[in-house]
Amino acid sequence: MTTLRIPQTGTERLKRGFARMQQGGVIMDVTNAEQATIAETAGAVAVMALERVPADIRAQGGVARMADPKKVREILDAVSIPVMAKARIGHTAEAKILEHLGVDMIDESEVLTPADPFFHIDKKPFHVPFVCGARNLGEALRRIDEGAAMIRTKGEAGTGNVVEAVRHLRAITGDIASLRQMGDEELRQYVAKERVSIELVREVRDLGRLPVVNFAAGGIATPADAALVRMLGADGVFVGSGIFKAKNPRKVAHAVVEASLHYTDSAKLAEVSTGLGEPMRGIEITALPQGELLQQRESRREAGAESH
Amino acid sequence: MPRTALAGVLALQGDVPEHKAVLVELLGQERVVAVRSKEDLANVAALIIPGGESTTFSRLLDATGLRSEVLHRVKDGMGILATCAGLILVATQVERSRSGNDPKPLGLLDVSVRRNDYGRQVDSFEAPLEFEGLKGEPLMASFIRAPRILKVGKQVHVLALYEDSPVAVRQENVWGLTFHPEISGDTRVHRLFLQACKMF
Repeated sequence: MTTLRIPQTGTERLKRGFARMQQGGVIMDVTNAEQATIAETAGAVAVMALERVPADIRAQGGVARMADPKKVREILDAVSIPVMAKARIGHTAEAKILEHLGVDMIDESEVLTPADPFFHIDKKPFHVPFVCGARNLGEALRRIDEGAAMIRTKGEAGTGNVVEAVRHLRAITGDIASLRQMGDEELRQYVAKERVSIELVREVRDLGRLPVVNFAAGGIATPADAALVRMLGADGVFVGSGIFKAKNPRKVAHAVVEASLHYTDSAKLAEVSTGLGEPMRGIEITALPQGELLQQRESRREAGAESH
Repeated sequence: MPRTALAGVLALQGDVPEHKAVLVELLGQERVVAVRSKEDLANVAALIIPGGESTTFSRLLDATGLRSEVLHRVKDGMGILATCAGLILVATQVERSRSGNDPKPLGLLDVSVRRNDYGRQVDSFEAPLEFEGLKGEPLMASFIRAPRILKVGKQVHVLALYEDSPVAVRQENVWGLTFHPEISGDTRVHRLFLQACKMF
């Protein structure tokens, strides 16, 4: 038996592969080591490090940035599961810092205040994989073209209201279904309209799904919410404010994990939904002024693509 | 082995669809099953434990009652192919991690392992391997936050090495890999395992 060298790192296969290992699981927002440990003990497959949970960003306002490296290091040291962290849209320097710190994935997130009004981060040159939010297929494909290894819905973070995550999941599923009906000419028009690569569009048409995993995020607050998005085809779940804004974070964390894994088992869902105590309060999204919607924080390129 | 024997993928968490796709390609849809409960194991002669989070797997094995059933079926001759987190789960010994949140392994494969020993995700790598029993080109292996096999018992046969560490091992009907053959597009390891389980 002989051993051969030349290891390759940071390949697309390794980046997408890492994301695939999270399937079925729950990734939880945490702001310190103690919360990270609670999340890990509850069965989270990974944690997301950030300065403030979305509900607090919404309540307190101001510019939301990546977490202090000290916090990120504390969280990296506290748990053995993967640690992700959020960088601002288009903020390549924040992403470089997070990569240097050794986080396992970067969320280029609309929950933080966007840094570049024109472009998202060019994610391909990074060794660390990225996850990005999307509200529809075009947006998802643009992010994948830029190098995203994982997609999540944007939802409406910090509201405890699942309606937008459901809207975005349905939009992507619906858009893929219509893509599958398209002939070559229609496909060319789609590519021009959405400004995405033809190779990627063909791949999605042939697969009948995205070539990367697609999680639900934004407004998921209860085990039933997690089960709902899984029923609608989400490969896994991100929970932000829902855990640590609840009265009993340990219990809710554990229940959401069970719900994501056993989403087809009604008896299990009833059991884990029982007696969780007060959930996060929640916000009716139609009551929010347009300017306060986090899902609409984006680069001009994205805004341009929307107005076709 | 009768043709009704099934191949299963432990479908609690992790990259289940990727393993299932390889099995379906090799055996056809009707002989592949996702294993979520004891009942699902009934006709399974070859079980894959995928990549994912070993701590999550460990908790769910207990919650579903699958732990004792898997142990029982392996004694009866069911084959297991365990990849990455799966390998940690079948090992006899898992080194304690800093956080102390460690899986309780099944103890089916006499190896001692350390989780994430090649580093974090930025250190994940692909490398070509010589794999015993595979002809042709070297196997391109993807190591993703991979565990390292620190020690192997006398009953354990090493199938592949990377930089002097065993990365694929076998103890009778239980196979353990520190890497992910299911995401490489190369189905040879799965085929070899299924042949050993007399699935063809």
